[in-house]
Amino acid sequence: MIDTALDILASRYAYALLFVLLGTGLYMVIANENLVKKLIGVNLFQSAIFLFFIAMAYVDGRAPIIKGKSHGVGEIASPLPQVIVLTAIVVGIALTAVGLALIIRIYAEYGTLREDTLREVRADE
Amino acid sequence: MSSVDLLLPLLVAVPMLLSTVPIVLGLRFDRTGWSVAALTTTALVAATTTLASVVYTDGVVTHRLGGWSPAYGIELVLDEFSALIAVLVAVTAAGVLAYTRVGGPRGNTFYSGYLLLTGGLLGISVTGDVFNLFVFLEIVGLATYAMIASGDGPESAVAALKYLILGTVGASMYLIGVGLIFMATGTLNMGVLAEVLPAAVERDPTLVRAGFAFVFVGFSMKVAQWPLHTWQPDAYQHAPDGITPVIAALVSTAYAYAFGRLLYSVFGPEFLTSTPYLTELVVTVGCVSVVAGSALAVIQTDVKRMFAFSSVSQFGLIVAAYGLVTESAFIGATIHLVGHAVIKAGLFAAAGVIAASYDARTVDEYAGLADEHPLVAGMMALLLVSLIGIPPSAGFVGKWYIALGAVEAQLWPVAVVILFSTLLTLAYSARLLEKMYFTPATPLEAPHVSESVATDGGENEDDAETAAGADAANDGDAGTRGGTETAALDATATNRDRNTVSYGMLALVVATALLAISLGFAGGFLAGLLDPSFITEVFN
Repeated sequence: MIDTALDILASRYAYALLFVLLGTGLYMVIANENLVKKLIGVNLFQSAIFLFFIAMAYVDGRAPIIKGKSHGVGEIASPLPQVIVLTAIVVGIALTAVGLALIIRIYAEYGTLREDTLREVRADE
Repeated sequence: MSSVDLLLPLLVAVPMLLSTVPIVLGLRFDRTGWSVAALTTTALVAATTTLASVVYTDGVVTHRLGGWSPAYGIELVLDEFSALIAVLVAVTAAGVLAYTRVGGPRGNTFYSGYLLLTGGLLGISVTGDVFNLFVFLEIVGLATYAMIASGDGPESAVAALKYLILGTVGASMYLIGVGLIFMATGTLNMGVLAEVLPAAVERDPTLVRAGFAFVFVGFSMKVAQWPLHTWQPDAYQHAPDGITPVIAALVSTAYAYAFGRLLYSVFGPEFLTSTPYLTELVVTVGCVSVVAGSALAVIQTDVKRMFAFSSVSQFGLIVAAYGLVTESAFIGATIHLVGHAVIKAGLFAAAGVIAASYDARTVDEYAGLADEHPLVAGMMALLLVSLIGIPPSAGFVGKWYIALGAVEAQLWPVAVVILFSTLLTLAYSARLLEKMYFTPATPLEAPHVSESVATDGGENEDDAETAAGADAANDGDAGTRGGTETAALDATATNRDRNTVSYGMLALVVATALLAISLGFAGGFLAGLLDPSFITEVFN
């Protein structure tokens, strides 16, 4: 039992780490009152997904794109997930930028970054 | 017909490239954004209708980007299902511009975002690649957040941030699902996926099921299913009046379309029915949303917020229809997608017109509207009647097919919920109809306001409203009334621009109302568009 658990941890540590990151990110989004930290939580959540795509990119076979030049038979990194992650990172950066711009505007209007304070300020209006 | 497929990438690329033009021209000229957007969307209407006519006569149009084989590259596909959505997106995007010319948010940056949104929505409709779909989901998301935040008040920024965080988590959930499916199959193309998924399910059912679970949760968030709908009311309420029709009509519709596409073209009916508890789960989520959304809509005081909760319930109906996995239910879901989009665009545009001309934003303020603005009130009544689903209207046809599907699937509780949803829709629509037509404006307003002052001692807001109400009661002159209420609104720090109502705004409301009714008559035609080739291909 413990042996198999250790074995899974040794061979699949990336997946274990990924779910720890995923959970941490989601917990930050839900529980943290600070808006900037919420956004960092979203980023952490997304980073976990990038890790997931990279971790699963090792496949058996030979590199598919370079015809006739591939000598590496065995475990190679499939290029498709890497392209996906590259795209997803760009999307994530754009989202973070928009989110931060909104947070700056909220701070300018309400003078706070904390959600609980924000709720009080809005309830007073 | 060989080069018609080249229009497909242009549908996405043209609005996205042209979205930079208003900003560039904005360096020199002030108000060019609207013209650029109008030209682009008109061209898109022409392109989508051309493509749709090709699709409905000659069959599916596909385009391989860069000539890559579908196994690695991105394929754009326009079939009977997506052509309907693409036309809907282009026509609505062009139509709502008639509203924003005078009434909506102005400025070149707004129209840049508007074109970006249109391009993203068309991208969702035409893409044939599950990861590409994620990118378009996020493009639409980004543009929507920016559109919502373009409202004047600080509330709109908070609503946009809330939507941004929830929307991003939702899209990320979908991405995890895509990752799991990619792990199981090694491809991202929808057509190829549909072929290899059955084998993958046999090899490792847990992986595919986990992938489906993440996709489902992600889309429940994006389509705003209860209890993941919390972003939607805030977003719809605080978005500028000019953009809410687009967001309400198209964004959730495009997401719901994408979800339907994944369910039926990627996972396929066989996977849905053979996986234990899957359809039950989807149907339950949909039905709970129908009931919860309607119940929450009934207790709202703000009209736009009420319509937002109504969207939760109407999309619940669509998701429930997806879960039924019968041909009739699927046709019903498609018709309801289109019908609901037209109705909601009209309702939000009407709400915007009424807010601009009559200064009414809550249900109580709609009192006596029929006397002051018979045209807008009449059109709103027509749209509400369509939403309820009274026979010759778009709402009826969709619900009829979905109910038929529920009966075919022998799921009687679902049939009851669907028929009951009509009653629930009536509950909140009737409130508005009663206020507009049977409650006189002045006699009720004065006692209502004085009563509220008497009970809670009068906060600032109430004071301002009392002043406005009393003034309005004293002189019946509409012009003075508008003036005093503007002052009252300024006092409550909402500080919106007072806009006059243009013919374009009225034309949009009238056009959507007439379209909603005529779509009811065209229901059979819509079903016919889908029926012969697409449905049989999916279900066999």
